[in-house]
Amino acid sequence: MPDASASLIACIPRLRRYARALLGERAGADDLVQETVERGWRKLASWRPGSDMRAWLFGIMHNLHVDQQRKPVLATEPLDDDLPVAAPNAEPSSGLALRDMDAALLQLPSEQRAVLLLVALEEMTYDEVALVLNIPLGTVMSRLSRARERLRLLMQSPARPAPLKVVK
Amino acid sequence: MNSPVTEAELQAWVDDQLAPARRGAVDDYLLLHPDEAARLQAYRTQNAALRARYDAVLDEPVPPALLLPLAAGAAYTPARAPEPAPAPLPPSAAGAAPASRPQPWPTDEAAARPGRPAANDGFWRPLRAAAMALLTLAGGAGGWWLHDALPGNRADADPGRLAQAQAERELGGLAHRAALAHAVYSPEIKHPVEVGADQEQHLVAWLSKRLGAPLHAPHLGAQGYELVGGRLLPGQSGPVAQFMYHDAGGARLTLYVSTEQTANQETGFRFAQEGQVGVFYWIDGKFGYALSGNLSKPALGKIANAVYAQLEPGA
Repeated sequence: MPDASASLIACIPRLRRYARALLGERAGADDLVQETVERGWRKLASWRPGSDMRAWLFGIMHNLHVDQQRKPVLATEPLDDDLPVAAPNAEPSSGLALRDMDAALLQLPSEQRAVLLLVALEEMTYDEVALVLNIPLGTVMSRLSRARERLRLLMQSPARPAPLKVVK
Repeated sequence: MNSPVTEAELQAWVDDQLAPARRGAVDDYLLLHPDEAARLQAYRTQNAALRARYDAVLDEPVPPALLLPLAAGAAYTPARAPEPAPAPLPPSAAGAAPASRPQPWPTDEAAARPGRPAANDGFWRPLRAAAMALLTLAGGAGGWWLHDALPGNRADADPGRLAQAQAERELGGLAHRAALAHAVYSPEIKHPVEVGADQEQHLVAWLSKRLGAPLHAPHLGAQGYELVGGRLLPGQSGPVAQFMYHDAGGARLTLYVSTEQTANQETGFRFAQEGQVGVFYWIDGKFGYALSGNLSKPALGKIANAVYAQLEPGA
Protein backbone atom coordinates (compact mmCIF):
# COMPACT_ATOMS: atom_id res chain seq x y z
CA MET A 1 0.00 0.00 0.00
CA PRO A 2 1.41 3.38 -0.84
CA ASP A 3 0.00 4.76 2.39
CA ALA A 4 2.27 2.37 4.29
CA SER A 5 5.30 4.17 2.92
CA ALA A 6 3.69 7.51 3.55
CA SER A 7 3.11 6.65 7.18
CA LEU A 8 6.67 5.41 7.45
CA ILE A 9 7.94 8.75 6.19
CA ALA A 10 5.57 10.55 8.50
CA CYS A 11 7.09 8.75 11.49
CA ILE A 12 10.65 9.89 10.79
CA PRO A 13 10.50 13.15 12.77
CA ARG A 14 9.17 11.29 15.80
CA LEU A 15 11.84 8.64 15.49
CA ARG A 16 14.44 11.39 15.38
CA ARG A 17 13.06 13.14 18.45
CA TYR A 18 13.07 9.94 20.45
CA ALA A 19 16.52 8.88 19.24
CA ARG A 20 17.97 12.29 20.06
CA ALA A 21 16.71 12.13 23.60
CA LEU A 22 17.71 8.50 23.97
CA LEU A 23 21.28 8.94 22.76
CA GLY A 24 21.84 12.56 23.74
CA GLU A 25 23.55 13.55 20.53
CA ARG A 26 22.61 14.14 16.95
CA ALA A 27 24.98 12.08 14.85
CA GLY A 28 24.46 8.78 16.62
CA ALA A 29 20.74 9.41 16.82
CA ASP A 30 20.40 9.97 13.09
CA ASP A 31 22.48 6.87 12.39
CA LEU A 32 20.04 4.91 14.49
CA VAL A 33 17.06 6.45 12.71
CA GLN A 34 18.62 5.70 9.35
CA GLU A 35 19.09 2.06 10.23
CA THR A 36 15.55 1.93 11.51
CA VAL A 37 14.15 3.42 8.32
CA GLU A 38 16.20 1.06 6.18
CA ARG A 39 15.11 -1.96 8.12
CA GLY A 40 11.52 -0.77 8.25
CA TRP A 41 11.53 -0.25 4.53
CA ARG A 42 12.89 -3.71 3.87
CA LYS A 43 10.30 -5.26 6.15
CA LEU A 44 7.41 -3.12 5.10
CA ALA A 45 5.83 -6.09 3.40
CA SER A 46 5.55 -7.78 6.78
CA TRP A 47 3.86 -4.82 8.38
CA ARG A 48 0.21 -5.59 8.84
CA PRO A 49 -1.91 -2.88 7.27
CA GLY A 50 -4.13 -1.25 9.81
CA SER A 51 -1.78 -1.97 12.70
CA ASP A 52 0.17 0.74 14.43
CA MET A 53 3.04 1.82 12.18
CA ARG A 54 4.54 3.97 14.91
CA ALA A 55 4.71 1.14 17.44
CA TRP A 56 6.14 -1.16 14.80
CA LEU A 57 8.92 1.27 13.87
CA PHE A 58 9.74 2.14 17.46
CA GLY A 59 10.01 -1.59 18.12
CA ILE A 60 12.51 -1.92 15.30
CA MET A 61 14.47 1.01 16.62
CA HIS A 62 14.49 -0.41 20.10
CA ASN A 63 15.89 -3.72 18.87
CA LEU A 64 18.58 -1.99 16.85
CA HIS A 65 19.54 0.12 19.83
CA VAL A 66 19.79 -2.91 22.09
CA ASP A 67 22.01 -4.60 19.50
CA GLN A 68 24.22 -1.55 19.33
CA GLN A 69 24.63 -1.41 23.06
CA ARG A 70 25.82 -5.00 23.14
CA LYS A 71 28.66 -4.16 20.83
CA PRO A 72 31.65 -2.18 21.98
CA VAL A 73 31.98 0.87 19.80
CA LEU A 74 34.77 3.28 19.14
CA ALA A 75 34.37 6.56 20.91
CA THR A 76 33.30 9.16 18.44
CA GLU A 77 33.24 12.88 18.62
CA PRO A 78 30.13 14.64 17.37
CA LEU A 79 31.02 17.05 14.59
CA ASP A 80 27.83 19.00 14.60
CA ASP A 81 28.47 21.43 17.43
CA ASP A 82 28.47 24.34 15.03
CA LEU A 83 25.37 23.36 13.16
CA PRO A 84 22.37 25.60 13.53
CA VAL A 85 19.92 24.06 15.94
CA ALA A 86 16.27 24.82 15.99
CA ALA A 87 15.52 27.23 18.79
CA PRO A 88 14.51 25.32 21.89
CA ASN A 89 11.10 26.37 23.07
CA ALA A 90 11.61 25.84 26.75
CA GLU A 91 9.39 27.82 29.01
CA PRO A 92 11.62 30.33 30.73
CA SER A 93 9.79 29.65 33.96
CA SER A 94 10.67 25.99 33.96
CA GLY A 95 14.12 26.93 35.24
CA LEU A 96 15.61 23.86 33.67
CA ALA A 97 18.79 24.31 31.75
CA LEU A 98 18.60 22.33 28.54
CA ARG A 99 22.03 20.84 28.80
CA ASP A 100 21.21 19.70 32.29
CA MET A 101 18.30 17.75 30.96
CA ASP A 102 20.50 16.05 28.36
CA ALA A 103 23.11 15.19 30.94
CA ALA A 104 20.61 14.02 33.54
CA LEU A 105 18.79 11.81 31.05
CA LEU A 106 22.02 10.14 30.05
CA GLN A 107 22.62 9.21 33.65
CA LEU A 108 19.53 7.05 33.71
CA PRO A 109 19.95 3.41 32.80
CA SER A 110 19.01 3.20 29.15
CA GLU A 111 16.10 0.82 29.74
CA GLN A 112 14.56 3.31 32.16
CA ARG A 113 15.25 6.19 29.80
CA ALA A 114 13.48 4.38 26.97
CA VAL A 115 10.31 3.88 29.01
CA LEU A 116 10.24 7.45 30.26
CA LEU A 117 10.75 8.91 26.78
CA LEU A 118 8.11 6.77 25.14
CA VAL A 119 5.64 7.87 27.80
CA ALA A 120 6.63 11.53 28.08
CA LEU A 121 7.59 12.38 24.49
CA GLU A 122 5.57 9.92 22.47
CA GLU A 123 2.68 9.88 24.93
CA MET A 124 2.27 6.19 24.37
CA THR A 125 -0.05 4.20 26.58
CA TYR A 126 1.69 1.85 28.99
CA ASP A 127 0.42 -1.09 26.95
CA GLU A 128 1.99 0.33 23.81
CA VAL A 129 5.28 0.82 25.62
CA ALA A 130 5.18 -2.79 26.79
CA LEU A 131 4.59 -3.88 23.21
CA VAL A 132 7.33 -1.72 21.72
CA LEU A 133 9.94 -2.69 24.28
CA ASN A 134 8.72 -6.26 24.51
CA ILE A 135 8.54 -6.23 28.31
CA PRO A 136 5.69 -6.93 30.75
CA LEU A 137 3.43 -4.10 31.80
CA GLY A 138 4.63 -4.36 35.39
CA THR A 139 8.20 -3.78 34.23
CA VAL A 140 7.09 -0.73 32.31
CA MET A 141 5.52 0.72 35.44
CA SER A 142 8.46 0.03 37.73
CA ARG A 143 10.96 1.42 35.23
CA LEU A 144 8.85 4.50 34.70
CA SER A 145 8.60 5.10 38.42
CA ARG A 146 12.33 4.68 38.97
CA ALA A 147 13.25 6.79 35.97
CA ARG A 148 11.10 9.69 37.09
CA GLU A 149 12.33 9.70 40.62
CA ARG A 150 15.95 9.44 39.59
CA LEU A 151 15.58 12.21 37.05
CA ARG A 152 13.88 14.40 39.62
CA LEU A 153 16.77 13.96 42.04
CA LEU A 154 19.34 14.52 39.30
CA MET A 155 17.72 17.76 38.24
CA GLN A 156 17.61 18.97 41.83
CA SER A 157 21.19 18.28 42.78
CA PRO A 158 23.57 21.06 41.81
CA ALA A 159 26.55 18.75 41.58
CA ARG A 160 27.07 17.49 38.08
CA PRO A 161 29.66 15.02 36.98
CA ALA A 162 32.29 16.35 34.63
CA PRO A 163 31.54 15.50 31.01
CA LEU A 164 33.54 12.61 29.66
CA LYS A 165 36.75 13.65 28.09
CA VAL A 166 37.63 12.55 24.61
CA VAL A 167 41.02 10.95 24.88
CA LYS A 168 43.07 11.37 21.77
CA MET B 1 -13.33 2.42 45.33
CA ASN B 2 -11.63 1.85 48.63
CA SER B 3 -8.81 -0.37 47.47
CA PRO B 4 -5.43 1.19 48.26
CA VAL B 5 -3.86 3.46 45.71
CA THR B 6 -0.85 1.88 44.02
CA GLU B 7 2.33 3.46 42.69
CA ALA B 8 1.29 2.42 39.19
CA GLU B 9 -1.92 4.39 39.60
CA LEU B 10 0.01 7.43 40.75
CA GLN B 11 2.17 7.19 37.64
CA ALA B 12 -0.96 6.86 35.52
CA TRP B 13 -2.33 9.98 37.19
CA VAL B 14 0.74 11.89 35.98
CA ASP B 15 0.14 10.81 32.40
CA ASP B 16 -3.65 11.10 32.41
CA GLN B 17 -3.85 7.40 31.85
CA LEU B 18 -5.71 6.63 35.06
CA ALA B 19 -8.94 4.68 34.70
CA PRO B 20 -11.80 7.16 35.30
CA ALA B 21 -13.21 4.97 38.04
CA ARG B 22 -10.06 5.44 40.11
CA ARG B 23 -9.63 9.18 39.72
CA GLY B 24 -11.63 9.99 42.79
CA ALA B 25 -9.65 7.60 44.95
CA VAL B 26 -6.33 8.98 43.77
CA ASP B 27 -7.44 12.59 44.19
CA ASP B 28 -8.52 11.83 47.75
CA TYR B 29 -5.21 10.16 48.43
CA LEU B 30 -3.27 13.15 47.13
CA LEU B 31 -5.25 15.52 49.33
CA LEU B 32 -4.18 13.53 52.32
CA HIS B 33 -0.58 13.17 51.19
CA PRO B 34 0.79 16.55 50.09
CA ASP B 35 4.32 15.16 49.68
CA GLU B 36 3.06 12.69 47.16
CA ALA B 37 1.08 15.36 45.39
CA ALA B 38 4.24 17.46 45.10
CA ARG B 39 6.17 14.49 43.75
CA LEU B 40 3.56 13.84 41.07
CA GLN B 41 3.47 17.52 40.16
CA ALA B 42 7.23 17.37 39.69
CA TYR B 43 6.77 14.44 37.33
CA ARG B 44 4.26 16.39 35.30
CA THR B 45 6.69 19.26 35.09
CA GLN B 46 9.27 16.73 33.99
CA ASN B 47 7.06 15.55 31.14
CA ALA B 48 6.61 19.12 29.99
CA ALA B 49 10.33 19.81 30.27
CA LEU B 50 11.18 16.77 28.18
CA ARG B 51 8.84 17.87 25.45
CA ALA B 52 10.14 21.42 25.65
CA ARG B 53 13.65 20.12 25.24
CA TYR B 54 13.13 17.71 22.36
CA ASP B 55 10.05 18.81 20.44
CA ALA B 56 12.22 21.14 18.39
CA VAL B 57 13.63 18.07 16.65
CA LEU B 58 10.21 17.50 15.09
CA ASP B 59 10.59 20.75 13.17
CA GLU B 60 14.11 20.16 11.95
CA PRO B 61 14.45 19.30 8.26
CA VAL B 62 14.98 15.59 7.85
CA PRO B 63 18.60 14.94 6.82
CA PRO B 64 18.72 13.60 3.25
CA ALA B 65 20.52 10.44 4.29
CA LEU B 66 17.44 9.33 6.20
CA LEU B 67 15.35 9.40 3.05
CA LEU B 68 17.84 7.63 0.82
CA PRO B 69 16.42 4.16 1.33
CA LEU B 70 13.01 5.42 0.34
CA ALA B 71 14.31 7.21 -2.70
CA ALA B 72 16.19 4.17 -3.87
CA GLY B 73 13.11 2.08 -3.26
CA ALA B 74 14.94 -1.08 -4.12
CA ALA B 75 13.96 -3.46 -1.42
CA TYR B 76 10.30 -3.11 -0.71
CA THR B 77 8.31 -5.64 -2.65
CA PRO B 78 4.70 -5.35 -1.66
CA ALA B 79 3.07 -8.67 -1.01
CA ARG B 80 0.48 -9.57 -3.60
CA ALA B 81 -1.37 -12.19 -1.61
CA PRO B 82 -2.27 -11.57 2.01
CA GLU B 83 0.35 -13.19 4.18
CA PRO B 84 -0.37 -14.96 7.43
CA ALA B 85 -0.90 -12.19 9.93
CA PRO B 86 2.46 -11.44 11.46
CA ALA B 87 2.92 -10.66 15.11
CA PRO B 88 2.58 -6.93 15.70
CA LEU B 89 6.30 -6.81 16.34
CA PRO B 90 7.93 -9.37 14.09
CA PRO B 91 10.58 -11.25 16.02
CA SER B 92 12.77 -10.99 12.95
CA ALA B 93 13.17 -7.36 13.88
CA ALA B 94 15.08 -8.57 16.90
CA GLY B 95 18.20 -8.48 14.84
CA ALA B 96 19.09 -11.61 12.94
CA ALA B 97 21.34 -9.34 10.98
CA PRO B 98 23.82 -7.48 13.13
CA ALA B 99 23.03 -3.83 13.57
CA SER B 100 25.99 -2.27 11.94
CA ARG B 101 26.74 0.96 10.19
CA PRO B 102 24.20 1.93 7.57
CA GLN B 103 24.54 -0.27 4.56
CA PRO B 104 25.05 1.20 1.15
CA TRP B 105 21.79 1.22 -0.61
CA PRO B 106 20.63 -0.86 -2.41
CA THR B 107 22.17 -3.72 -0.56
CA ASP B 108 23.41 -6.77 -2.39
CA GLU B 109 20.78 -8.73 -0.62
CA ALA B 110 18.08 -6.57 -2.09
CA ALA B 111 19.59 -6.49 -5.54
CA ALA B 112 20.02 -10.23 -5.59
CA ARG B 113 16.55 -10.99 -4.42
CA PRO B 114 14.99 -13.28 -6.98
CA GLY B 115 11.63 -12.75 -8.51
CA ARG B 116 11.27 -9.10 -7.73
CA PRO B 117 8.07 -8.15 -9.51
CA ALA B 118 9.12 -5.60 -12.05
CA ALA B 119 5.48 -4.88 -12.80
CA ASN B 120 5.22 -3.05 -9.49
CA ASP B 121 7.75 -0.49 -10.50
CA GLY B 122 5.18 1.61 -12.23
CA PHE B 123 3.03 1.51 -9.15
CA TRP B 124 5.86 2.69 -6.95
CA ARG B 125 7.36 5.28 -9.20
CA PRO B 126 5.24 8.21 -7.96
CA LEU B 127 6.14 7.47 -4.39
CA ARG B 128 9.80 7.26 -5.20
CA ALA B 129 9.51 10.54 -7.01
CA ALA B 130 8.00 12.05 -3.90
CA ALA B 131 10.83 10.75 -1.78
CA MET B 132 13.32 12.12 -4.27
CA ALA B 133 11.65 15.50 -4.12
CA LEU B 134 11.89 15.49 -0.35
CA LEU B 135 15.47 14.48 -0.71
CA THR B 136 16.24 17.33 -3.03
CA LEU B 137 14.72 19.81 -0.65
CA ALA B 138 16.56 18.37 2.31
CA GLY B 139 19.71 18.17 0.23
CA GLY B 140 19.66 21.89 -0.27
CA ALA B 141 19.58 22.52 3.44
CA GLY B 142 21.99 19.70 4.14
CA GLY B 143 24.51 21.01 1.69
CA TRP B 144 24.32 24.38 3.29
CA TRP B 145 25.00 23.28 6.83
CA LEU B 146 27.66 20.87 5.74
CA HIS B 147 29.40 23.76 4.08
CA ASP B 148 29.46 25.67 7.30
CA ALA B 149 30.50 22.69 9.33
CA LEU B 150 33.69 22.05 7.43
CA PRO B 151 36.53 23.87 9.10
CA GLY B 152 38.15 24.60 5.77
CA ASN B 153 35.15 26.64 4.77
CA ARG B 154 35.12 28.94 7.70
CA ALA B 155 35.79 32.46 6.66
CA ASP B 156 37.96 33.18 9.66
CA ALA B 157 40.14 30.13 9.24
CA ASP B 158 43.72 30.93 8.42
CA PRO B 159 45.01 28.15 6.18
CA GLY B 160 48.54 28.48 7.50
CA ARG B 161 47.44 28.13 11.09
CA LEU B 162 45.22 25.21 10.27
CA ALA B 163 48.09 23.40 8.58
CA GLN B 164 50.29 24.13 11.55
CA ALA B 165 47.70 22.81 13.98
CA GLN B 166 47.24 19.76 11.82
CA ALA B 167 50.99 19.12 11.79
CA GLU B 168 51.15 19.46 15.58
CA ARG B 169 48.35 16.95 16.01
CA GLU B 170 50.00 14.51 13.67
CA LEU B 171 53.31 14.85 15.45
CA GLY B 172 51.88 14.25 18.88
CA GLY B 173 49.96 11.26 17.61
CA LEU B 174 53.05 9.87 15.97
CA ALA B 175 55.09 9.99 19.15
CA HIS B 176 52.31 8.49 21.19
CA ARG B 177 51.64 5.61 18.83
CA ALA B 178 55.34 4.89 18.52
CA ALA B 179 55.78 4.81 22.30
CA LEU B 180 52.79 2.54 22.63
CA ALA B 181 54.08 0.16 19.96
CA HIS B 182 57.46 0.14 21.68
CA ALA B 183 55.92 -0.64 25.05
CA VAL B 184 53.85 -3.44 23.56
CA TYR B 185 56.43 -5.23 21.44
CA SER B 186 59.84 -4.57 22.94
CA PRO B 187 59.28 -6.82 25.99
CA GLU B 188 58.29 -9.72 23.73
CA ILE B 189 60.66 -12.63 24.21
CA LYS B 190 59.38 -15.18 21.73
CA HIS B 191 57.85 -13.00 19.04
CA PRO B 192 59.40 -9.57 19.12
CA VAL B 193 59.20 -9.22 15.34
CA GLU B 194 57.28 -10.70 12.45
CA VAL B 195 60.26 -11.00 10.12
CA GLY B 196 63.76 -11.43 11.53
CA ALA B 197 66.97 -9.71 10.59
CA ASP B 198 68.17 -12.91 8.91
CA GLN B 199 65.70 -11.97 6.15
CA GLU B 200 66.46 -8.29 6.18
CA GLN B 201 66.11 -7.86 2.45
CA HIS B 202 62.71 -9.51 2.44
CA LEU B 203 61.65 -7.52 5.49
CA VAL B 204 62.55 -4.18 3.94
CA ALA B 205 60.99 -5.06 0.60
CA TRP B 206 57.80 -6.21 2.26
CA LEU B 207 57.39 -3.17 4.48
CA SER B 208 58.27 -0.84 1.61
CA LYS B 209 55.60 -2.44 -0.48
CA ARG B 210 52.97 -2.20 2.24
CA LEU B 211 53.75 1.40 3.08
CA GLY B 212 54.02 2.32 -0.57
CA ALA B 213 57.42 4.00 -0.17
CA PRO B 214 61.02 2.83 -0.13
CA LEU B 215 62.18 2.19 3.43
CA HIS B 216 65.57 1.44 4.88
CA ALA B 217 66.47 -0.25 8.09
CA PRO B 218 69.31 1.89 9.40
CA HIS B 219 72.42 0.08 10.64
CA LEU B 220 73.28 1.01 14.17
CA GLY B 221 76.27 -1.27 14.76
CA ALA B 222 78.44 1.76 15.50
CA GLN B 223 76.05 2.65 18.31
CA GLY B 224 76.14 -0.90 19.66
CA TYR B 225 72.73 -1.98 18.35
CA GLU B 226 71.89 -4.61 15.79
CA LEU B 227 68.68 -5.21 13.91
CA VAL B 228 66.32 -7.82 15.37
CA GLY B 229 63.72 -7.48 12.60
CA GLY B 230 60.48 -5.68 12.02
CA ARG B 231 56.75 -5.79 11.83
CA LEU B 232 53.79 -4.14 10.18
CA LEU B 233 51.39 -2.21 12.42
CA PRO B 234 48.18 -0.25 12.01
CA GLY B 235 48.85 3.48 12.15
CA GLN B 236 46.54 6.42 12.08
CA SER B 237 45.08 5.70 8.66
CA GLY B 238 46.97 2.74 7.28
CA PRO B 239 50.00 0.56 7.72
CA VAL B 240 53.14 1.68 9.52
CA ALA B 241 56.41 -0.16 10.09
CA GLN B 242 58.38 -0.90 13.21
CA PHE B 243 62.03 -1.94 13.16
CA MET B 244 63.49 -3.36 16.34
CA TYR B 245 67.10 -3.28 17.51
CA HIS B 246 68.90 -4.62 20.55
CA ASP B 247 72.27 -4.21 22.14
CA ALA B 248 74.56 -6.86 23.61
CA GLY B 249 72.73 -6.62 26.92
CA GLY B 250 69.35 -7.19 25.27
CA ALA B 251 68.13 -3.58 25.67
CA ARG B 252 65.79 -2.76 22.83
CA LEU B 253 65.10 0.21 20.62
CA THR B 254 62.33 0.55 18.07
CA LEU B 255 62.14 2.76 15.05
CA TYR B 256 58.59 3.53 13.99
CA VAL B 257 58.13 4.66 10.41
CA SER B 258 54.90 6.07 9.03
CA THR B 259 54.09 7.51 5.64
CA GLU B 260 50.92 9.18 6.82
CA GLN B 261 52.07 12.75 7.35
CA THR B 262 49.76 14.95 5.35
CA ALA B 263 51.09 18.33 6.44
CA ASN B 264 54.16 17.47 4.37
CA GLN B 265 56.57 19.52 6.38
CA GLU B 266 60.01 19.00 7.74
CA THR B 267 60.60 19.34 11.42
CA GLY B 268 63.60 19.18 13.66
CA PHE B 269 63.95 16.58 16.35
CA ARG B 270 61.42 16.55 19.09
CA PHE B 271 61.45 14.56 22.25
CA ALA B 272 58.62 13.08 24.23
CA GLN B 273 58.65 11.01 27.37
CA GLU B 274 55.79 8.56 27.80
CA GLY B 275 56.29 6.77 31.07
CA GLN B 276 59.53 4.84 30.86
CA VAL B 277 59.75 5.28 27.13
CA GLY B 278 61.64 8.17 25.58
CA VAL B 279 60.81 9.06 21.98
CA PHE B 280 62.76 11.14 19.50
CA TYR B 281 60.62 11.95 16.53
CA TRP B 282 60.65 14.04 13.42
CA ILE B 283 58.84 14.48 10.13
CA ASP B 284 60.40 14.49 6.73
CA GLY B 285 57.85 15.10 3.99
CA LYS B 286 55.29 12.35 4.17
CA PHE B 287 57.55 10.25 6.39
CA GLY B 288 57.22 10.36 10.13
CA TYR B 289 59.95 8.72 12.21
CA ALA B 290 60.01 7.94 15.89
CA LEU B 291 62.83 6.27 17.75
CA SER B 292 61.78 4.85 21.09
CA GLY B 293 63.78 3.34 23.91
CA ASN B 294 64.14 3.16 27.65
CA LEU B 295 67.22 5.36 27.51
CA SER B 296 68.24 8.74 28.77
CA LYS B 297 67.48 11.63 26.50
CA PRO B 298 71.13 12.26 25.53
CA ALA B 299 71.85 8.61 24.83
CA LEU B 300 68.73 8.23 22.72
CA GLY B 301 69.48 11.54 21.00
CA LYS B 302 72.86 10.27 19.78
CA ILE B 303 71.25 7.24 18.20
CA ALA B 304 68.48 9.37 16.70
CA ASN B 305 71.16 11.45 15.00
CA ALA B 306 72.71 8.34 13.54
CA VAL B 307 69.32 7.17 12.28
CA TYR B 308 68.58 10.54 10.80
CA ALA B 309 71.93 10.65 9.02
CA GLN B 310 71.31 7.30 7.40
CA LEU B 311 67.77 8.14 6.34
CA GLU B 312 68.69 11.49 4.89
CA PRO B 313 68.12 11.31 1.14
CA GLY B 314 71.39 10.74 -0.59
CA ALA B 315 73.03 9.49 2.57
